[in-house]
Amino acid sequence: MLRAAVLGVLGLLAVAGAWEGYKALAPEDGVVVGDNRVLPRTTDLAMPHVWDMLQRLGEPVSSLRGAAPLWQVVADAVLVSLKVAAAGWVAGTAIGLLLALLMARLRLAEWGLLPWIVLSQTVPLIAFAPMVRSWGSRIEIGGWEWPAWMSVALIASYLAFFPVAVGALRGLQSTDRVHTELMHSYDAGWWATMRRVRLPAAVPHLLPALRLGAAGAVVGTVVAEVSIVYPDGIGRMLVTFAGQASGDPEKAWAPIFGAIVLGLVAGGFIALLGLLLRTYRRGEAP
Amino acid sequence: MTTDRPTAPVPDQEDHVDDPQPDRERPVRRATDSEPDHAFGAPPAVRARGVSKTFGSRRSQVTALSEVDLTVAAGEFVALIGPSGCGKSTLMRLIADLEAPTSGSLEVFGKPAARARADQDYGIAFQQAGLLPWRTVAANIALPLELHRAPRAERKQRVAELVELVGLGDFAKSRPDQLSGGMQQRVAIARSLAERPRLLLMDEPFGALDEMTRERMQAELARISLETGAAVVFVTHSIPEAVFLADRVVVMSARPGRITDEIVTGIGRDVVRDEHLREDPAFFSKVTEVREALHAGPVSASGAHER
Repeated sequence: MLRAAVLGVLGLLAVAGAWEGYKALAPEDGVVVGDNRVLPRTTDLAMPHVWDMLQRLGEPVSSLRGAAPLWQVVADAVLVSLKVAAAGWVAGTAIGLLLALLMARLRLAEWGLLPWIVLSQTVPLIAFAPMVRSWGSRIEIGGWEWPAWMSVALIASYLAFFPVAVGALRGLQSTDRVHTELMHSYDAGWWATMRRVRLPAAVPHLLPALRLGAAGAVVGTVVAEVSIVYPDGIGRMLVTFAGQASGDPEKAWAPIFGAIVLGLVAGGFIALLGLLLRTYRRGEAP
Repeated sequence: MTTDRPTAPVPDQEDHVDDPQPDRERPVRRATDSEPDHAFGAPPAVRARGVSKTFGSRRSQVTALSEVDLTVAAGEFVALIGPSGCGKSTLMRLIADLEAPTSGSLEVFGKPAARARADQDYGIAFQQAGLLPWRTVAANIALPLELHRAPRAERKQRVAELVELVGLGDFAKSRPDQLSGGMQQRVAIARSLAERPRLLLMDEPFGALDEMTRERMQAELARISLETGAAVVFVTHSIPEAVFLADRVVVMSARPGRITDEIVTGIGRDVVRDEHLREDPAFFSKVTEVREALHAGPVSASGAHER
């Protein structure tokens, strides 16, 4: 545990060291071969110092009186995106698991559904984000209106369900023959076999799928926020602050750090889930 | 299978049925009628009449079993022995209703095999222990009881009994990966006994164990089968194992799989199965008899059709 923490800190220091080392040693204008710049410029505009970026996090977000510090604004945006991504991940995981169960139950469903599930992932995300938004804005039930964040979560779930469906199906089909025959000898039904043998046996396949799903949900959230123009999340902030980079280069890096934290939290959550399910991972290499 | 105690690979010194030995002319001595008399009208544990089983599509058919007649009396210990591809495992799987016979009739306690399976008339153990790795030893043994909704208190008591029966009292809370192969197999046997079946089906349960563990397990199984009084159908490759355990050894031959001989060991149920028995001349003579019976049939040249 301590070893992992030390290694993590060392890794961060190594990245910061490489950044500053390149900035100190490489020419101001980067490295240009012919007409192509193969290595970036090292000006403070293109590559601010690490300490400047960190210092900027503590300063107010804008020159307006009473503006909150930058790190707080970024943290708020990360929290908003995290909630949306979590909603998308939960929905995507539920849909993925249901599809996997259906496909495991019926051979016909697997033949009919699996090609479409694979095909669904070839549609580029950007292409239908605006459509989702315009459909969503038309939904109004009673006094309730479809909020914009649900459109973002829907797109996140669209990226999350795929690895879960495929991974869970693989897991459900990986049950040992001796176990299914044993359950058959007990005259156990489909659901009893599913609950007692096939679902637990699927966990080692399911966890990597859930991890991929979480990564998909985070990427989906950030991208969808940009293309749907959902202003509260980290995705939109990335674009806005990048626009201010010419005057305030350090500020543009803050939401990037925020996005990294978002990914780490999602990964950490799955690691925790793996810890909770460790009983079902016996026999897996540690 | 993981082992927690170092088990040196012991060279297999047993007589294996596929030992190359010249065929000897030997008249097939068939037990004229192995039908036991059931004085109280109780049906036999297993009664197979003209059972055949073919696998494969219409174009490439493999006959695993051909016209097999077998009766196992209640409480009788029967070993099925024969070369690879003689259908001994298939026969056991038919009795367990894991496969359906292509033709012939098969009754377990006077009922169709499927009905007997639904009624949980048999317990089964395979060559692989087949324990659920995420369950403790106790929870693995409790699995059939849990599936058939035995009350919690009864379940707990029965599991405690069984854990003691197979000598794993200290390991009830261990997980399968913390046990040696022999211990895992003992858990599997305890699980097969959980619902006090009147018939035990065992498909080479000691096949993957080293020789020393194997002999110890044989002695334990003999004791357990005596204590429970269940009939046993025991599939094995090993001649001494078959003679050591069984009341009757059923010899099978391959292509097509059929029963060629039956040898009553004559070792009574009350005889203690221990090292003395293994060194008994009477035991040796029965081993020889079974070996000769095995080689009387055409010896399978290859094990191409396992099962």
